[in-house]
Amino acid sequence: MAKWWDERLPLPRMMHDQFIDFPTPRNLNYLWTFGGILTFCLVAQIVTGIVLAMHYQPSAAEAFNSLDHIRRDVNYGWLIQAMHAVGASMFFIAVYIHIFRGLYYGSYRAPREILWILGVFIFLAMMATAFMGYALPWGQMSFWGVTVITNLFSSLDQVIPGLGTAIVQWLWGGYSVSGTTLNRFFSLHYLLPFVIFGLVILHIWALHVAGQNNPTGIEIKTKSDSLPMYPYAVAKDAVGLFAFVILFAWFVLFLPDYLGHPDNFTEANPLVTPPHIVPEWYFLPFYAILRAIPDKLGGVIAMFASIAILAFIPWLDRSPVRSAKYRPIYKWFFWLFLISCLALGYLGSKPAEGVYVFWARIFTLYYFAHFLIVMPIVSSIETPTKTPRSITEAVLGEDEAAGAGAGVPAGAAAAPEHR
Amino acid sequence: MTADVEDPNRRDVLVVAASAFAAVGTASLIWPFVDQMNPDAGAQALASTEIDISPVAEGQAITVMWRGKPVFIRHRTAEEIEAAKKTPVSDLADPIDRNDNNPGQPATDENRTIAGHEQWLVMVGICTHLGCIPKGQALSDSKGDYGGWFCPCHGSHYDTAGRIRKGPAPRNLQIPPYTFLSDTKIRIG
Amino acid sequence: MNMSHSKSALLRQFASALAAVSFMAAPVMAAEGEEGAHGGGSHHIERQDWSYSGIAGQFDRPQLRRGFQVYKDVCSSCHGLNRVKFRNLVQPGGPEFDEEAVKALAAEWPNQIMDGPNDEGEMFERPAKLSDPIRGPYKNEKEARAAQNGAFPPDLSLITRARGVHNDAAWYIHVPMMLMDVITGYAEGGSDYLYAILTGYEEPPEGFHLAEGMNYNKYFEGNQIAMVQPLPEGGAVEYEENAGAKASLSQNAADVTAFLAWAADPSMDQRKQLGWTALIYLAITTLLLWLAKKRIWARVKH
Repeated sequence: MAKWWDERLPLPRMMHDQFIDFPTPRNLNYLWTFGGILTFCLVAQIVTGIVLAMHYQPSAAEAFNSLDHIRRDVNYGWLIQAMHAVGASMFFIAVYIHIFRGLYYGSYRAPREILWILGVFIFLAMMATAFMGYALPWGQMSFWGVTVITNLFSSLDQVIPGLGTAIVQWLWGGYSVSGTTLNRFFSLHYLLPFVIFGLVILHIWALHVAGQNNPTGIEIKTKSDSLPMYPYAVAKDAVGLFAFVILFAWFVLFLPDYLGHPDNFTEANPLVTPPHIVPEWYFLPFYAILRAIPDKLGGVIAMFASIAILAFIPWLDRSPVRSAKYRPIYKWFFWLFLISCLALGYLGSKPAEGVYVFWARIFTLYYFAHFLIVMPIVSSIETPTKTPRSITEAVLGEDEAAGAGAGVPAGAAAAPEHR
Repeated sequence: MTADVEDPNRRDVLVVAASAFAAVGTASLIWPFVDQMNPDAGAQALASTEIDISPVAEGQAITVMWRGKPVFIRHRTAEEIEAAKKTPVSDLADPIDRNDNNPGQPATDENRTIAGHEQWLVMVGICTHLGCIPKGQALSDSKGDYGGWFCPCHGSHYDTAGRIRKGPAPRNLQIPPYTFLSDTKIRIG
Repeated sequence: MNMSHSKSALLRQFASALAAVSFMAAPVMAAEGEEGAHGGGSHHIERQDWSYSGIAGQFDRPQLRRGFQVYKDVCSSCHGLNRVKFRNLVQPGGPEFDEEAVKALAAEWPNQIMDGPNDEGEMFERPAKLSDPIRGPYKNEKEARAAQNGAFPPDLSLITRARGVHNDAAWYIHVPMMLMDVITGYAEGGSDYLYAILTGYEEPPEGFHLAEGMNYNKYFEGNQIAMVQPLPEGGAVEYEENAGAKASLSQNAADVTAFLAWAADPSMDQRKQLGWTALIYLAITTLLLWLAKKRIWARVKH
């Protein structure tokens, strides 16, 4: 059967080569299970989203009512709606872990630049999807979140008078956020996940061309450095995925509202703005950067730049080694960067006043300094600690590694770039 | 392969158990996604409808809505009742009465009406073939070869008791649950 | 469907034991008293012990019934409950009133259902049926404001989910508190807030300027609330003898809050029961998968 297919369309062959026999570094830790977890998140969001779209009414008059109808009357609607809303947060938790893992172990370094940049695009598409999805329940936070964020573009009036206003009205399809805006957001919210899906396929393709990075940051050199994806990596991925689903289920079934905001249980009212408008938690660091800059256009530029800058780090980091494990100075800056991002997230949830603004500026400054100053300078001056000669040596120690190779199970082929 | 290395694809009880557990859980998650497409709690609870039939004169008919479906209410003439009663059950394509108030009986005219109110015929106005709405309610409509209703989609003919006589429809028109609250008022559902 | 009371109490004990052994419990509990406050800049809103608190809590059927009585006798004179249908009062997980009793209640509900047009083309009002919403007294917001001196009594269907308690604690307390809330499954901010408002009426302090037609409430943002104290001291609503509790202000307030919490989240009991099933299943499966993974990896050195 497989042979019959392979002669006509070699899909079984490709799946076998790429997801069963594929050589994975033998030293991957649990942080490497997040790729699989993210694939699960995307599929879960698409499936629950398609179901919700069967019951949702994308109109200003009925959107809020239809959400309530889904939760109260549709069979298991309360479950599927909570899975989708919580799923968005889980998707971001996973993607942030995935990004920071890449940053720590240098997964963005050559030859994985395109892989990394595709990841940045996926992240951007995720943010756009999540933002438009949050508009759909048409609660107070939905409405005012859309108003505030789309108004960011009006800052372009500072560049060419009238340009920003024109763009904002084009986005809205009117002179304010309205049902027209809701309908186009619904359409795009349905479209974008499939764009993400396409990007993910490219991302995985690029990954399988370059091969996986690993905690040592050393490429697979010999057969003994790798293990076949099945059953080794698959078994580990399954553990990671189910552990992650425990967290997912905890929020869906015990705390479905915890990650949201109570104001979104009040229907959108264009005449009343809630006192504290905050975006969803996963946007808070960027929201803090936006508000840290006293200038409207400057804030918008800084916010977009904070994501765009990620695309350039393959060329900002010049260290001779990839993994921060062997970088005694940079390692500390990495943790400082992580703390800055968490702090920005906290500050984004606070009102933009007093001491909060001060700290938001400090951490914003470090956010950019980390990439533009620390990364190039530290990577030039620091002397890495002694790295193992191979992945095998990192796992087994020097003596055993010398004799390894024969004692490794079959199936672990050479790294793909050597084929 | 050297002897001290186990077959990496060896089936192990633990591995089989873990895979089975994971598969069962995943499969059980399918049910909510199937069930969500069933009629929701609001649709299930849809109320009954009460209709005043006093304005319907002999020979006329009205169509009302019940659970999103058209219901035909016909005030039959004496000739129409007579014609329906005369027809032996053995002549019918579907000998069962298709009456929710009185299910599984022979499709006589008596079994398709309520005693004492034989002039009233109450039926779900949906052709049992593929769901079109038959003609025959308006005075100007074609009533088919048997003087009842005629479905123009695929040519099904129903008689004056709503029974299928000719054409592709397999069953008589369905009679919904209904009761007479008074001589001029009925409740459907 | 119904988890028995002893079982749910047991689960709750288990959850609180879990909380107690958690390393964060002690500092956080101390912190709540001192630092936690809500956004109004006025009084700290206390967390109440709800039967439905946390990951094991379930609604208390008699309390939901008493709460509905309070809603019917007091709240419903101004507030609607439009997203809740009479049939919901019968369904499992709610007050579970007898169906015939609810049919009669619906038929006598003072705020009738606008229906029509009839054969003459006119809209008309008719008594409610099981499938109809529990309507409030006003047809729309404009009518409500006209009748209430410009104030709008909001629909209460989602009120406990649409309100919350704002946490203003310092970051080093806030963050562990958040973690603690996730672990214990604290999702009753709306209930705590509502209970506080209902019991927070008092005489304004000296020198406080109260606007015309407003009332002083120590928990309300800005302390001026348009709603007149709905539940007087001693309790506005007397309960029947077998209702399971004696009427008092705090009892009335707690009961109606619990009822509204159910109204906003009618599938909560079912959700948490599924939660326990799912967690037990996931824990076992994850453990099995981990053991299987160890078995598979035992074939190679790593």
